[in-house]
This record gives sequence, structure tokens and C-alpha cells, in this order.
Amino acid sequence: MTAARHVAVVGAGPAGLAAAHAALAAGARVTLIDSAEQPGGQYHRTLPEAYAAERPGELQHGWSAFERRRRQVLAHPRCTWLPETSVWALERPDQDGEGTERPGRLQERPDQARKRSVGAPPRLHLLCGGPVDGSGRTRRTLDADALVLATGAHDRVLPFPGWQLPGVYSAGAAQALAKGERVVVGDRVVVAGSGPFLLPVAASLLEAGSRVREVLEAGTPGTVARGWSGRPWELASQLGKAAELKDCAAALARHRVPYRLGRAVVEARGAGRVEEIVTARLRPDWSVVPGTERTVTVDALCVGHGFSPQLELPVAAGCALRGEQPGRGGTGEFVAVDDEQRTSVPCVFAAGEITGIAGAPAACAEGAVAGWTAAGGAPSVQPLRVLRRSRDQGRAFARRLARAHPVGAGWPGWLRLDTVVCRCEETDYRALCEAFTSAAESAPRVAKLGTRAGLGPCQARICGPTVTELRDRFAGRAADGPAERPADGLPAATPHRRPIAQPIRLGELASPAAALIDDEQHLPEGEQLGDASDQIPSDSKQRPSASDQTRTEDEQTRSRGEPTHIEGEQSHPDSEQESDS
Amino acid sequence: MNGTRVVVLGAGIVGAACARELALAGLEVTVLDRGGPGAATTSHGEGNVLVSDKAPGPELRLAQLSRRLWPEVLSAIADRSPTAARRVEAVEWHAKGGIVVATTEEGAHGLTEFAAAQREVQVRAEALTADALRAAEPFVTPAHTAAVHYPEDAQVQPAGAAAALLTDALAAGAVLRTGEEVLAGVARSGRLTGVRTPLGLLEADLFVNAAGPWSGALAARLGAPVAVEPRRGDVLVTTPLPPTVFHKVYDADYVGAVGSSEEELQTSAVVESTRAGSVLIGSSRRRVGFDDRLRPEVLSAVAAKALRLFPSLAGVPVMRAYGGFRPYVPDHLPVIGPDPRLAGLWHASGHEGAGIGLSVGTGRLLRNLVLEEPPEIDTHPFRVDRPAVLGPGSEHGWAPSPTAEPRQRDTGPLQQDTGPQEQQHRGEEQEPEQNQEGT
Repeated sequence: MTAARHVAVVGAGPAGLAAAHAALAAGARVTLIDSAEQPGGQYHRTLPEAYAAERPGELQHGWSAFERRRRQVLAHPRCTWLPETSVWALERPDQDGEGTERPGRLQERPDQARKRSVGAPPRLHLLCGGPVDGSGRTRRTLDADALVLATGAHDRVLPFPGWQLPGVYSAGAAQALAKGERVVVGDRVVVAGSGPFLLPVAASLLEAGSRVREVLEAGTPGTVARGWSGRPWELASQLGKAAELKDCAAALARHRVPYRLGRAVVEARGAGRVEEIVTARLRPDWSVVPGTERTVTVDALCVGHGFSPQLELPVAAGCALRGEQPGRGGTGEFVAVDDEQRTSVPCVFAAGEITGIAGAPAACAEGAVAGWTAAGGAPSVQPLRVLRRSRDQGRAFARRLARAHPVGAGWPGWLRLDTVVCRCEETDYRALCEAFTSAAESAPRVAKLGTRAGLGPCQARICGPTVTELRDRFAGRAADGPAERPADGLPAATPHRRPIAQPIRLGELASPAAALIDDEQHLPEGEQLGDASDQIPSDSKQRPSASDQTRTEDEQTRSRGEPTHIEGEQSHPDSEQESDS
Repeated sequence: MNGTRVVVLGAGIVGAACARELALAGLEVTVLDRGGPGAATTSHGEGNVLVSDKAPGPELRLAQLSRRLWPEVLSAIADRSPTAARRVEAVEWHAKGGIVVATTEEGAHGLTEFAAAQREVQVRAEALTADALRAAEPFVTPAHTAAVHYPEDAQVQPAGAAAALLTDALAAGAVLRTGEEVLAGVARSGRLTGVRTPLGLLEADLFVNAAGPWSGALAARLGAPVAVEPRRGDVLVTTPLPPTVFHKVYDADYVGAVGSSEEELQTSAVVESTRAGSVLIGSSRRRVGFDDRLRPEVLSAVAAKALRLFPSLAGVPVMRAYGGFRPYVPDHLPVIGPDPRLAGLWHASGHEGAGIGLSVGTGRLLRNLVLEEPPEIDTHPFRVDRPAVLGPGSEHGWAPSPTAEPRQRDTGPLQQDTGPQEQQHRGEEQEPEQNQEGT
């Protein structure tokens, strides 16, 4: 037999978990990586085990399906689950297949400088055994045959005066606190921004005990209605979104929470933390209608204006991005994928929110298509056709979502010259205006160094799209376009470029990296798949200490997962292969 | 020289410094860049203004000239207007001084001799006792064998420095054109009289090649290749820290790495803080062409070297890394002056990792040469006509290569000839050696 393909899946949210599931079903070995302790991602955020929630699914939709899939994947003998593992870098192989570097050139040990085949996906550089801000983690490398990126998205927040005050939360952060730790952000809360995500956020807050004073959707009734074409629930029902949104709407109604369209928070005020907010009616382009301002007393504010995909790993892998959707402002950039979720880079697949914001059901479908294809599964099997259809519905949903909830071009009108735009570095709007109107300073990198916007700890994850959008306004993209064109040796200026994708401590970086799993190890003839031997690094003879560590991790991993065996539960067409070996 | 038209090719810090000097001298200056000003090598470095890492010789003389000029230039710019003064503030000029630390006996010996030779040529180099080093840099490794303090070393925010120089050039009448790439040169009677860009022909009396690591490719495109190649470097940036590193602190083996010509990876610890509190950690040197892929093992080697100097930084998170390409010349000397093969073409390039510091001195020397003023220092060592720049055998007359035949230049304007090839040029930018005009 040929060795099982080794698929590495980065991100264990709905898309990543579905990808792992499908890749296992197609017969692959899978390494599933996530920085969290538990799979689920942002969507199925689970309570830490220490809380021992009796009904963890109380605040969750689709919990039982997720839980079933989670068990199946983690317990699968061909799956290695790497919790609390960050991918801090991706290393692209040489085009000529010479190996990632010439042996000895980087003083690499020979086992690391070994040849790699042409068309191999990038090498993953991992930090194992701790959260994203952890320390003392072990540096590892992982070379797989295929890579599925499912890194998800985080919520986008547009700046407005006072948004940096304590007590102002991103909608996602507020929901995470409610869902993940059962912490309420405040007693009197306003939820504001744009998109259907505001509804579940409000519902989570209500359930966790906050009083939600109102939910403000910046989109005007006309825009929202036209975008959804008046049939939002019909479309959503195909995706299982309807129940969720209906539940949320019902919760709002039960608590008599007003849901107002065409209104936004344009200022937050308070001494040391938010005490009151100013809301205003908006025109369709999100400019403020003068005289409609209203002051509301709050002790917390949750804002979200759509989502930004986490693109640093796709960008590091060299994946082509597709441009923003019509009507979307700013960097509505996503990973370009084909019908099988292939990116422009050989053996690299993308699934979930990084290919378009379409919600968990669509992410699941994309993940399954990606995982199956990455594993080398047959392209024409019936389940795949179903998944593709579901994925296409998800994409249609994403397009509608974008049409119904575009970021209006008038939002910079909310800014004052002293409004903070980059919260990490406290860069204000004035500094950006000055840089972007100066001929010598407007190049993205020069402006970044000059204004420091995006140089802080969040590395432009929050302000990057905002700054890019502001710059484009000043420059007039067409006139200044060539400055952003990549020259040989110069990467394109994108707010998503972060060669170091997650912080790594200097001591962790300085220590040598051991290969986690050697992809050149193939199963011996006749050996059964699922034998534990395929999870023990082949280099154990050369470096006993490293392999000991790995083995311990594997044992830990197994003890975490349920011992349920799911062979046969999946009806996959290639199951013959396993027994034929 | 009034009325002389100059096109500076490249709006990095060296181009900006040259443009400023020439514009202030009354020349009609246009600065042309295919990207944004300061967006390439200039904004991918650390902002070194160093004398400490240079052995006695022409480069040190240029460094000393530049070190003298920097405060003068910045103060002249600041005097122009309140806006200019704010811009000078953004240069973040900081004469923080450098401290070179040796961690081996051999390194101590080398450092002591090196510093003694530098003192002979008026570099301030003060040996530090262990106590003095601890007072100056409390977190540096106690396992050091020697340390020398160089109070003249300084640091700038390089993109801010380039912007200040360029804005001053514009205030003095220079014109900036960005996003416009040179596709080919146009020569008449052996003289470069114009460059073609996608927007048309740009004619001038003088062209200054200040394209940094792309100078070699650009010069080849103009028909007069020079041996300037990229040499990659990587820098790590930590999250902001309370004050931990007070000078520019580097390992004594840095000088060896700078001076080496190895293709292979050279790493050496260079550690310093920025105004915002982040610590910048370098340095690496690799000749890998314009390969901009991240190499984690390079970053790892850089981190390991830095921890040798500052063991207590082990727990500090690195939040960013960036890499850039230095303009490398095999003899490690800048190239400043007229091209002996093609009249009208001048070069101001090849500063390797020292271009930020050497920019203002380079601009001044270029002006001296263009205006035929007595130069502030001997410019002969930087001439274009030397073997390292033009290739072996060039010392006694340059032998025309088949790719740069003057024949076609004698035939007058090449506009008609080059027309169809422009399309080709755009498509083949990755292979500039095939793009030479007229071939």
C-alpha cells in the first residue's frame, strides 16, 4: 500500500474540525492544531473544564452535532490533536524542490535540511504546549502532504471618539466572555454595529444576565432589506441559521430590547471608563444625520462592524487573495479558492471565514470539502456533491450578508482629529491625515513607522483594515496603486502580512526546533492504520529526549479524547484501502 | 549649474539625501521611484548611524563626515518651517552611543586592537571596565571579556529620516514621481539623455542611480551594469518593554560579519531599544538574491546570539520580524560618482547596511562631484571604475560587454527601436539581466 496522506489542519473551529473529520474519512493521517485547549473555535467556544458546566451547550447552537464530531475526530486513531499549539510561522519551500535550504547553510541539523518534494506545502513552525501568550513552549516543525488553513476571523470594530475607553468591548470579546467564562461585561449594555452577529451577541449577554438597552444596526432599513431581498429567513433556513437567529430575536423580544436600524454609536464618553454613549441616526452611507444625536447611559458597550479574516498564515503561505466585494469598504480581502477549496498554492487548502464571512454552517461544508480533497479523496462521491451544494449556498449567503451589511463609506465622518485610531499605539486620526497627505510619508510602511499605527501588540489586527481604508481615501487608490505593487524582494503592503504569525518568546525562538512528525515515515507494509507507531516520531533514535516529550504529549492527547472507536461509522468510498493493505 | 536637470532614480534615503543636496544647489531635480518613497530598504533597517563598526579607511571617513553632517542637516531642515521641525522630531535622532561587547578572549583581543586603530583616526572609543559596563547596561551578560563605548554612534527612525530629507528636497524645488518604473535608458552619442517609464520619456542631463539593492539591475537596464547585489538581513522586534537596553549594544563579532563576503548566513547580535520601548534585535546577512521568504532558522540563530548578550531577554515576546535587502558590493565600499562608460549616468549606491548613516555624506560628496567643488573627503575610493564594481580587469580601461554595446547609443535616439520591447520589459521584470535596453 501507499502511505496514508498526512493532512495538517490549522484551526479547530467549525471549518477545521469538519476538515479533519472528512480527511480522516478519506483515509488520511490528520494532525489538528489549535491554540485553544479545546476544539470549537470562536463559534463553539466551550467553558474551561475547570468550570465543569453541567450543560455546556446552554448558550450554544448545534451543540450536539459539534460534540459528536469533536469526539469522533479526537478519538480517531489516525488523528493527532495538538491543543494549545500556535503556528507561529510558515516556511515556503523552494520552487526548485532543492529543499528548504541547502544543507549546512543555516547550520540546520541534517535531518531538518532534508530534501522536500516539489509542490510540498509550507512547513509549519509550531509552539507546542501553551496558549498564544504562553512561555516555555516547545518549538517544533511539521511537514505534511497537504495543509488545510481554517484560521477563522475576528470581529472588526470601526473607530469612533471614545472607543478606546475601558468598558467598550468588541462584540466578539463580549460574547466570548459570556459564552466562554460566563462573565458579564456590564449591567446596562448597548450592542451596536452591523450584521446579524449582533443578535446572538445580545442574546448571549441577556442569557448571562446583562440588561441590553438596545441593539443598533448601522445599516439603514433600505440597505438591509435590499441586501436580503426580503427573504432572509428563507435563505438562512437552508443553512440552519434560521433557528439561531429566530431564537435570538425571540430572546430580544422577550426582554423587550429594541432593535433599531440605521442608528450607530458615534461617541463613547466617561471618566476612566465608558459611562454614556452618543447614538445618532445614519444615512445609507453611514454619515450622521445632524440633530438626531441621543445620549444613553451605559456601563458597557459592545460594538462589531463585521469580521476581518485571519489572513496571516494564508499570506505567509503565498496564497492569492481575492479583492473586496462590491460595496464593501476597506480590505474586504479573502483567500481565493477553487471549487475544491484549493488555494493558489499547491497542496494548500482554505476553509471557513478566511474564504468569506458566511457563518458556521457554510464553514463546516467548506471544511469538509477541503479536508476530503486534501486527503486525496475521490472528487465525485455523492457526499461531496452534497457538501459542495451546501458550500455554494453558504457562499450565496455570504454574498447576501455583504450586500445587506456593507460598511458605509461615510464612517470616517465620525472621527475627530484627536480620535484614537490605533489603540495599541494611541495613534490619532490627525497623525494619519498628516502622513497620508505628505508625499514623502504616505507609502504604507513609511506611514506605519512614522505614525506607529499597527506597530503595537495586536500587530494591526484591529486597526489595519481601518488604516488601509483611510489611506486609500487620501491617496485615491488608482493614482497611487503602483506603490503597493510588489517588487522583486518587496512584499505587497497588506495589513495581513505578519511573518511572525503569533508572538514567540526570544528563548523559545532561540531553542532548536525538532520535527514533530516526520512525513517521510511511511507505514510499514501490512501494518494496520491506527497503530500508535504512526504517531511516534521516526527520529526517536537520534534524539531520545525530543521523542520522549512528544510521546508524553501524545499520551496526554489520547487521555483527553474519548476512547470511542468510529471505524465504519463513516461511509467513505476508500475504506477498502485500509483492509487491503 | 542652474538649469541642469537631474533625475534621481530611487526615493530611498540615499536618493533623498542626494536630491536634497542637488536641489539646494539650485539644480532641477526630479526624484523617480517605482514604489513609494522610503518603502524598500530604507524602511526595513534599524536606522544605524555608526562609526563604531568601521575600521580606519575610506568608509570610516565617509561615516565620520556623515556623523558630523547629520545634526547640521537636521537643524537646517527644522529651521525651514514649524511643519519641518515636527518632521525632524519624527526622525527620532538619538545619539545614544554604541557599546561593543566581546564575549571571548579572542574577541576581546580583536576588539581592543580595533578600537586602538580607530582612536588613531579620531574615533571616540572608550574601554569600559566591568563596573562601567554594568552601570551603562545593567542587563548585559556578566560573561563578557571586554567592552568599548562609542559615544558618537547614533540611531534614527530610518523612514522618518528619509521623509525629512525628501520633504526638504521637495521644499527646495525637487519634484517627486512615484509608482513609475524605469524600463530602459535612451542614449545619444554615448550619453544617457533619458529614461523610459510607462508614462513616457523623462529627459535630463544627469541621472543618479540610487536604487539601493536594485542598483545593479537598474544599471544593467540602462546598459552599464554595476556589481551591486542584494544581501538579506532580518530584524526581530519585541513587544514594548520597560527600559532594558540603553545603547546600541552589539557583539564584537559583528564587525567580522559586516566585513565578510560569505554567501552563507552570518549572524551577530545587535540589540537596541526604540523610542516606543520595543527592542530591535539583529542581525543576519545572507546573499540569497531577492528571496524574501521567512527563514525561521535564521531568526532562531539571531535570537540565540542576542541571548548570549542579554540572557534576561529570554522571556520577552517577539511580536514581529521584518527583512530587507542591503545593497552589497564585493569590496564593501559605496559606489559614488560618474559612470566612466556612459556619460550622464552617476551612481550613489552600494552602502550595504550603512546607507542610513552614510546617506547625508553621500549626498554631499555627490554634490561636490557634480558641481566640481573640492570634495569634503577623498572620493577616489568610491569611484565607479574599480574592479569590485565593474569586474576584474576594469582598473585599466573598461572592456565593453556584449550587453552594453555603445554602438547602439551612437545611433541616436532609440525610441523607435525600443518601442516593441517595452512590453517585454514589463513582463520580464524578474530577469533584469535579460532586459537590457537595446539588446
